[in-house]
Amino acid sequence: MITLKELSEIKERFIENGKKEQKINIVVGLATCGIAAGAKAVYNRLNEEVKARNLKNVDVKIAGCIGMCRLEPLVEVYVPGESKVTYVNVTEDNAAKIVNDHIVNGNIVTEMLVEKD
Amino acid sequence: MYRANILVCCGAECTANNAIQVYNTFEEQIKAYKLEKDVKVLKTSECLELCGNNEGVVVIVYPEGAYYVGVKPEDAKEIVSQHIIKGKIVKRLLKKEKEEAEVKSIEETNFFKKQKRVALKNSGLIDPENIDEYIARDGYQALGKVLTEMKPQDVIDLIKESGLRGRGGGGFPTGLKWEFAKKSQSDKKYVCCNADEGDPGAFMDRSVLEGDPHVLLEAMTIAAYSIGSDQGYIYVRAEYPVAVKRLNIAIEQSRKYGLLGKNILNTGFNFDIDIRLGAGAFVCGEETALMTSIEGKRGEPRPRPPFPAVKGLFGKPTILNNVETYANIPPIILFGAKWFSSMGTEKSKGTKVFALGGKIKNTGLVEIPMGTTLKDVIYDIGGGIPDGKKFKAAQTGGPSGGCIPASLIDIKIDYDNLVSIGSMMGSGGLIVMDEDNCMVDIAKFFLEFTVDESCGKCTPCRIGNKRMYEILDKITKGKAKMEDLDKLEELALYIKENSLCGLGQTAPNPILSTLRYFKDEYIAHIKEKRCPAGVCKQLLRYTILEDKCIGCTRCARNCPTNAISGEVKKPHFIDQEKCIKCGVCMKECKFQAIERK
Ligand SMILES: Cc1cc2nc3c(=O)[nH]c(=O)nc-3n(C[C@H](O)[C@H](O)[C@H](O)COP(=O)(O)O)c2cc1C
Repeated sequence: MITLKELSEIKERFIENGKKEQKINIVVGLATCGIAAGAKAVYNRLNEEVKARNLKNVDVKIAGCIGMCRLEPLVEVYVPGESKVTYVNVTEDNAAKIVNDHIVNGNIVTEMLVEKD
Repeated sequence: MYRANILVCCGAECTANNAIQVYNTFEEQIKAYKLEKDVKVLKTSECLELCGNNEGVVVIVYPEGAYYVGVKPEDAKEIVSQHIIKGKIVKRLLKKEKEEAEVKSIEETNFFKKQKRVALKNSGLIDPENIDEYIARDGYQALGKVLTEMKPQDVIDLIKESGLRGRGGGGFPTGLKWEFAKKSQSDKKYVCCNADEGDPGAFMDRSVLEGDPHVLLEAMTIAAYSIGSDQGYIYVRAEYPVAVKRLNIAIEQSRKYGLLGKNILNTGFNFDIDIRLGAGAFVCGEETALMTSIEGKRGEPRPRPPFPAVKGLFGKPTILNNVETYANIPPIILFGAKWFSSMGTEKSKGTKVFALGGKIKNTGLVEIPMGTTLKDVIYDIGGGIPDGKKFKAAQTGGPSGGCIPASLIDIKIDYDNLVSIGSMMGSGGLIVMDEDNCMVDIAKFFLEFTVDESCGKCTPCRIGNKRMYEILDKITKGKAKMEDLDKLEELALYIKENSLCGLGQTAPNPILSTLRYFKDEYIAHIKEKRCPAGVCKQLLRYTILEDKCIGCTRCARNCPTNAISGEVKKPHFIDQEKCIKCGVCMKECKFQAIERK
């Protein structure tokens, strides 16, 4: 059983670790809407790709739904110190491009971004 | 097997730029670090055809696939010392391909900018299966504050002051509900969560359950503290397997931290939560039916009073709130009643999540401050109607609600405004319809749903709705008389008044509201035997335009009921008796010779 103080410590530790590790996070929307649109295959593909390239500073994570069903599967990339990038309608086939172009080579995959509305 | 491969392009262009020297530098460096067994340096004789510029050499390092351009011998040293040794990609040497994008994250779209995220603040952003991520975003801080700094009555006063009303449909003031339950004397009290979400087209509760399950556990624990309960139940439909899985994980994690169970946060307060699965009946979302179902009995409603706050689950005082209602509780505790009530309208505070569906570009979930106009939701956030069609009406409240016609598009969405025009907030389904939707057909669609979902316990709902459905069916088939409209209205009002529970009491709403705003469409179906939107199949008539038909026989050959006849090279005819209005002839005709009216 934790106390209120320990609760705050968990919070601080989590934030500290994030700052220390400086990891790149790739977050896949894995709610029912995303899964129905193929997000599980995208998630697996991203994991394979990160593993095959031996990218130790990259985590592939899951999240719920951000609300834009029309554009699922959605993948968001958080590079420490840079603004977040959202990729939409990601497929099993073009998921690797996110890792290759953006994560490794630092080039945002513009054709996979949400269009300006 | 090498740990890494360095590929140096030695095509004509790169060779001219000293590729051999770069290659040699790599070899020397690898040797210097004694990495010959781990890292292989390769040169290509062919050009890689990836040249970025003419200043240097193209190098690709695997397994990452980092793609360097303009590499000079001194850069090769850096690539080895940084990338190969430390695993750090040398960013300045990477090939920059594209210019900056205009919109990089989804938060920069109009779809997001007009939203205000309170209930959905974590959905889609945190890992729902990791309690630490929730805690890192101030999760369980509200509970901590409540248990250590507030008395139960303080919590209730704060919720009352915030003006929060139930998001499950009725809009009952949440603080008041909790106060009733607190005042009821009993040895046992329950806190329940309505996660049944039976409204067709609504999926906001699912989104919270799947994206931020801990917020629910935290809020229910706060509710339990304020009324004096030690047991909670979440009633969720079995058709939400992902939600159920994540809730189970969340409960497990909370118990491990002691945020559920005995002596929560070492304050002496005990509370635990269990999940109960519903089988997906709409009526089980009604509060008394839901509790009967949790008790293990057939999910049927019972008359109120007594209200659940007095006599609820297992006959004990119980509060039942909707998922989205609960999701608002921790933010209210943390940021205060004033913050919450600064959003919204006079009598509807805070935000509301809507599930946008139907004829709208951005289908999805949106959370808006109460009082946002329907127009803003449809055009600014929703992106408007696709294919340049005209907006006709929006249905809110699903099968219990009604439609808002285009003429009222400037309405500020809140509980009372929607009721005043004959619709209701409901749980937040918002279905957009364009000129191609027939309003009689829409009413029929919802009524078919309620007829299916009526539990059958009371007569007005069981039989009355069925009779109304039959009349609507007659209208859409062109077989109704004008008297039927009067009968329909009379039945609707009778069912509203005499049904046992909310299901029957609201079932006539889609009919009453379409009658109110689109009576002319009903009349066109009855008097002219015409469906103005061209939806009701039985009223359609396919005919062949003699001057356009060249007698190719294609339609006749494809007609599934052999309703088309005629001689080759002469105009054909459709036998209206045999025609089933499937539209195949129109699709097949190459000469636009078939007309549908
Ligand atoms: C037929 C019927 C179905 C309902 N379905 C739901 C539902 O799926 N989810 C829900 O939260 N409320 C539903 N309600 C409303 C509940 O009875 C109850 O008012 C609500 O859960 C109370 O929570 P709130 O005050 O937080 O809104 C339904 C009501 C009726 C009459």
